[in-house]
Amino acid sequence: MTAPAEATQENANVSATGTPLLHVENLRVAFGDTEVVKGISFTTRVGRCLAVVGESGSGKSVTARTLVGLTGPGSRVRSDRIELAGLDLTRQSERSWQAIRGREIGFILQDALVSLDQLRLVGDEIAEPLKLHKWGTRASRRERAIELLSSVGVPEPEVKIRQRPYELSGGLRQRALIASAIALDPKLLVADEPTTALDVTIQAQVLDLLAESKARGRSIILISHDLSVVARLADEVIVMRGGEVVEQGPAHQVLHQPRHEYTRALLDAIPSEHTRGTRLVPAAEHESPVRRTRKPADRDAPVLEARHLTKVFRGPDKVDRTVVDDVSFSLRAGETLGIVGESGSGKTTTARIALALLAPTSGEVLLRGQAWSALSPSQRRPQRKRIGVIYQDPLSSFDPRWAVGRIITDALRTGSRPPSSKSSARARAIRLLEQVGLSEQHLDAAPLRLSGGQRQRVAIARALAPEPEVIVCDEPVSALDVSIQAQVLDLLTDLQDELGVSYLFISHDLGVIHHMSDRILVMKEGRVVESGPADEVFDRPQDPYTQRLLTALPRLAPA
Amino acid sequence: MTAVAVPRAGALARLRELRFRVQLGTVISSLIVLVLLVAVVAPAWLTHRSPTAIDLEHTLLPPSLSHPFGTDDAGRDLYTRVVYGARESLGIGLGATGLAMGIAIILGFAGGLAGGLVDTVIARVLEVAFAFPVLLLALLLIAIRGPSVTTEIVAVGIGSAPGYARMVRGQVLAVRNADYITAATALGHGRWAVIGRHLFPNAMRPLVAVITLGIGQSIVWASGLAFLGLGVAPPSPEWGALLDSGRMYITTSWWLEIMPGVVIVLVALSVTTLGRTLQHRLEGAAR
Repeated sequence: MTAPAEATQENANVSATGTPLLHVENLRVAFGDTEVVKGISFTTRVGRCLAVVGESGSGKSVTARTLVGLTGPGSRVRSDRIELAGLDLTRQSERSWQAIRGREIGFILQDALVSLDQLRLVGDEIAEPLKLHKWGTRASRRERAIELLSSVGVPEPEVKIRQRPYELSGGLRQRALIASAIALDPKLLVADEPTTALDVTIQAQVLDLLAESKARGRSIILISHDLSVVARLADEVIVMRGGEVVEQGPAHQVLHQPRHEYTRALLDAIPSEHTRGTRLVPAAEHESPVRRTRKPADRDAPVLEARHLTKVFRGPDKVDRTVVDDVSFSLRAGETLGIVGESGSGKTTTARIALALLAPTSGEVLLRGQAWSALSPSQRRPQRKRIGVIYQDPLSSFDPRWAVGRIITDALRTGSRPPSSKSSARARAIRLLEQVGLSEQHLDAAPLRLSGGQRQRVAIARALAPEPEVIVCDEPVSALDVSIQAQVLDLLTDLQDELGVSYLFISHDLGVIHHMSDRILVMKEGRVVESGPADEVFDRPQDPYTQRLLTALPRLAPA
Repeated sequence: MTAVAVPRAGALARLRELRFRVQLGTVISSLIVLVLLVAVVAPAWLTHRSPTAIDLEHTLLPPSLSHPFGTDDAGRDLYTRVVYGARESLGIGLGATGLAMGIAIILGFAGGLAGGLVDTVIARVLEVAFAFPVLLLALLLIAIRGPSVTTEIVAVGIGSAPGYARMVRGQVLAVRNADYITAATALGHGRWAVIGRHLFPNAMRPLVAVITLGIGQSIVWASGLAFLGLGVAPPSPEWGALLDSGRMYITTSWWLEIMPGVVIVLVALSVTTLGRTLQHRLEGAAR
């Protein structure tokens, strides 16, 4: 075997020889009559990271929870063997699990905001496992909490332990949660999507922290849907689908020479700089993914133009905060302008101003060179059909009482060619559904009963119904699995080719932005720090923040 | 094969059992409410007697086959009187709840939509009104206007309005910022269209059940007022009035109090049970 790089070669060797820590053989978990984990086996080794990858419903999280004895009510767990360093985990009472959790196995969850008690001090939350396991005195536990916080890179830990979780930023909260998980220095850390809710730069810090833990001889089980995160940390990878193991092996092999078709499809579906202009999901009727030729868009006059937008919000403490600061851009016909930035960068506020749902404090938005943000509400209303919108959470953007058909016909009526009769509205709604890859049978469906991808398709159909010139896409794929995300991104691209609609595309995901955008704005703290053609921004970033973002981005790039 | 002990394995079974019980209760409640509706619409279908026919030969008879609820001091059949009284009692319940909801919707929407000073003033007024006992308010109104069905409706209606208004305002505030309201605005629908088509129905949806609960409550209140001699005057077969007129014979002729009392409790229970079922259904349908 020839490994692509020396480092991976070394990893591979050690991972095969490291001391085994946890053995799992033929683990099966069922809820009622439904088996959600169908016999998986693996071994974790000291100082190694095992990653379990899969999309929603793959059983990866259930596996993680089972390893800490928290499978949940109504579940049936069976296995031939679950053994942690000689300790049989299949025969533990709820009481003995309490002794194991925290001391032997640390558990890190996705969202620290819900995993930490909002009403307790951060210091108490971190000291909790110490207290439960009767570690030290009150004073020494406080010392240890400070020590732990500083070890996970939290600045001013003496101050932070006296704050409450909601007073901390997302990154700090996640680090506090990790601090509580490693408080007793457990041999095994089970991390379920530890970075999913975090911005890329924070994600990089948390991943570094986990890598450090690994270097100190701790064993990590990383549960993730994100293959590029996995690539950063894992020594061994298990790919799960529908409760079954699809592929299992050393990380570099699974991620770079996948044997199974599903793994390959997952890897191909990840949007990045390499996938620009190609389909993420190869269509059956098309031959190999052809690089599309994008029409030069610069010739046309801008469709949507923002000039020196500024938005100031006055907080409850009467302090003004500038959320959007002198933002200008122009979006041409048939073009996609990507706005990328971390949380709090002002990208969503910019989108709301572009949609005229929010008035700018100063500056203006022009639509085809005409006033848009400066219009009065009654002047603007008949024009609203010209700008559509797609949200991150489509379900919440539908009236919960309405079926798909009504949602779309309602949008048709706001367009410039409102349907003349019920039957023509129905016919056009069906045509729209077909255009977004759904069919007539979805007309009467309640959005609640549809899958995430189908819901977003309905949202796209609704946005298209009034035949807009621009669609503002606010994190349209952030809540979707990577394969569904790929389908939706392909759909958006196809629709743009077909209809010539422009997209103002907002995302925190650099890969998605690079894949979709012709030009890019990078925002930070309300300001545009860099803008230009996508390739230029990504290949030759000028601004130090953009450079930092790009280095922080976990990549699958071939070594 | 080893099995890990599963905590609370029976929880699901218990939940199922509970659901069955709720359904049984719903069926019985529906039957009672159905009979009640027949009594309101066509009382003659349920009894062949007249509620006012005096029969001095058969006064104060205990319940028997020919007089299932017994007879009163004027020999009138109590069962027939209860059947005919349903219309007035339910009318008061519906009227009072309707009035209360009307006031609540106006105040709740005005506050929730206007915001700012208007909302602050309305919210404070509601808080004060909420702290004011309903019975005291009713006594005040009756003292001014004298007892009648209308007064009773107004008294109970105004008394229960602040509670509903607070709920309506809370709903409006919650739904106002929902994404689908923004989405409808972004589509170009006007302010009033958005309020009428999205905000109103979605804000009121969880209140449908509360309204049903309120009807049962209003019936009980109205009966209470009548029992105190502050409601509809005794010759009327309104349920509270029946209780009031039977009060004098409570030691000798128990059925005059017990029979109408049991009917009031059963009706209030049934309407409340149906309201709860409705609430669960609606909450299940929403997310």
